[in-house]
Amino acid sequence: MAGPIKAKYVEKEHAVVDGVDISGHWNRMFEPRTIFEYTPELIEKVADIPGGESFANCYQCAKCIAVCPVDIVGNYGPRKLYRYAQTGMDLTEAPELWLCTTCKNCLRVCPKEVDMIQIMPAVREQAILTGKFVPPELQQAFENTAKTGNPLGQPQRKRDAWIQSAGVTIPIIKDVARPVDVLWYVGSYPSYHPRGIDAASAAARIFSALEIDFAILGKEEKDDADSQRLAGEKGLFEMMTEYNIETFNKYEWKELVVTGPHELNAFKNVYPKHGFERPVVHYTTFLARYLDRLKPLLKHRVEKKITYHDPCYLGRHNGEYEAPRKLLEAIPGVELVEMQRNRENGYCCGGGGGGMWMDSFTAKHTTMRLSEKRAMEAASTGANVLAVACPFEVSRFTDAVKSTGNEHVDVLDILELLDKSMRGE
Amino acid sequence: MNIVVAIKHIPSIADDLPVKGNNVDFDSVDFVLNEFDEQSIEQAVLVKEAVGGTVTVVGVDMIGELDGVLHLALAKGADKAVKITGDDPAADSHQQAKWLAEAIKGMSADIVFVGVQASNDLDGQIGPMIAAHLDMPYIGGVSSVEVTGETATVNKEFAGGVGAKYAVTLPMVVGVQASVKPPRYAPVSKVRQVAQTATIEKVAPSGDAGSGLTFKKMAPPVVTGHAEMIEGSSKEVAAKIVELLKSKGLV
Repeated sequence: MAGPIKAKYVEKEHAVVDGVDISGHWNRMFEPRTIFEYTPELIEKVADIPGGESFANCYQCAKCIAVCPVDIVGNYGPRKLYRYAQTGMDLTEAPELWLCTTCKNCLRVCPKEVDMIQIMPAVREQAILTGKFVPPELQQAFENTAKTGNPLGQPQRKRDAWIQSAGVTIPIIKDVARPVDVLWYVGSYPSYHPRGIDAASAAARIFSALEIDFAILGKEEKDDADSQRLAGEKGLFEMMTEYNIETFNKYEWKELVVTGPHELNAFKNVYPKHGFERPVVHYTTFLARYLDRLKPLLKHRVEKKITYHDPCYLGRHNGEYEAPRKLLEAIPGVELVEMQRNRENGYCCGGGGGGMWMDSFTAKHTTMRLSEKRAMEAASTGANVLAVACPFEVSRFTDAVKSTGNEHVDVLDILELLDKSMRGE
Repeated sequence: MNIVVAIKHIPSIADDLPVKGNNVDFDSVDFVLNEFDEQSIEQAVLVKEAVGGTVTVVGVDMIGELDGVLHLALAKGADKAVKITGDDPAADSHQQAKWLAEAIKGMSADIVFVGVQASNDLDGQIGPMIAAHLDMPYIGGVSSVEVTGETATVNKEFAGGVGAKYAVTLPMVVGVQASVKPPRYAPVSKVRQVAQTATIEKVAPSGDAGSGLTFKKMAPPVVTGHAEMIEGSSKEVAAKIVELLKSKGLV
């Protein structure tokens, strides 16, 4: 980062302007103060990128800093980025470009609507297209998604291998060959990650027990790439979107149910711009509708003190705070406690906006992982279960409870907790 | 400077390899760019960026899906793309080397890059054979290339961490083990833009030069042994390892 521009002497005891003596109190400002002498060039550079416009709105009130999850473990936040740009930081090539998780808490409190959810992807895209620094681990996730259809780099043919271990029949829509009520989009992590598969299997058992008429895409399902979009790879997102919309539209179904909040965000909020406007719900919203039928199935007590982590893309981005809590409260034996930061002010796990694939990079620029901060917050409630509703979170928090010495806190998806109560395991 | 990169499109081994008859079931396997060719494309583009010139990427179109690979190479900095319409998924490295060499002959190449080997045959023969057909020197196992005037300085890796630096008078063929920098990422929007605007030159395969080998049988390897996990504290594990080594007469 370039150093600040040296300020000129600005305060005078006596001043004469155009022959008129305008001397006044010793501290009256006759010439621009230091702050105004910085060049707006690097702020304009960001604001000139389509999507980056609102960056220039910032009037430095710093409300965002109090809620920015990255600032809580580092020195960051929209207001600071603006100031850094004033003092010589080119955001297109600064490490700061990659720290934002697009959690949206800053936008929630910003009086000037400085919108990092638009700014970050736009500037990141610019950086990627012009060959600037991009964290290598993120590039790997992009490359995996482009090559194999998922950020984990797993073979497409194995996308539905997990269904063998679910213990119930999981229909593949291609084989069903008739319209279904629910097309369940499983998602990449629930399809491939071992802990994700646990949640997917639990979901399959719950859907079956509720006698939902559902099917999955199986080997035809590919990643939503929403987080890749927010990390700046818009072209990749568009490529995946074209494929996904074509695949969704090949079959007849009434509602699309997704396991992950990021998929919800993609299909519900972004796909309409690409011509796909069909009903999409997160599994928590969907299952909460079936509470009357679900409750009698929850036969076994789960004697746990549970705290629930609001995923940014389910809560702040899509306004769903109550359904997950209703589901947890429906489980007999459960005591639900809240963390200090919850609902609209929920603390980000660090996985959004591409953060999922920049863990080692982010770790170099923060004092601890966001997931670790949150795991400690969960443990401080006295809870012995941290319940989650986003497939990114199970693996992130499982690592975080270990690394912060809170192994006594189990990290479980709400699906797994419902399944436990259903089956008594 | 005319820089040429000869690439291979090979069956993906990301998944279990399907077998049909006595060869790979080419109809039910994905084809991917040979991993070493990703390194070789990067090294070629780095040389171009250092000394100027054009990079031409040439490959045999095995299953009619080479365009995607060529577009990716163009997005990464190659200037021209040529595909040899081989259309024979089973063409071996001897045959491909002949076709590639014939196509390269008209390109007045100053330097030809190839991936040092590919996972489908692992024989590492494409480079040396192209060099032989073109009557050029060949150095494989290369981890960096620098060109000054008519000379290329290449680092070749040997076993045991030993390396050697060679100065070679061009033209030559280089078998790339690793590029001096990791392969760059090509944004999808750039690749798609290239796909809409680029022209790929088509060349008919010329020359017959199969290895003369025929497959007798192809089958997954039989699993003969298994790993044993030793449980316990580090002291117990250490004691068991010592015991094992002694029982096998290794210490």
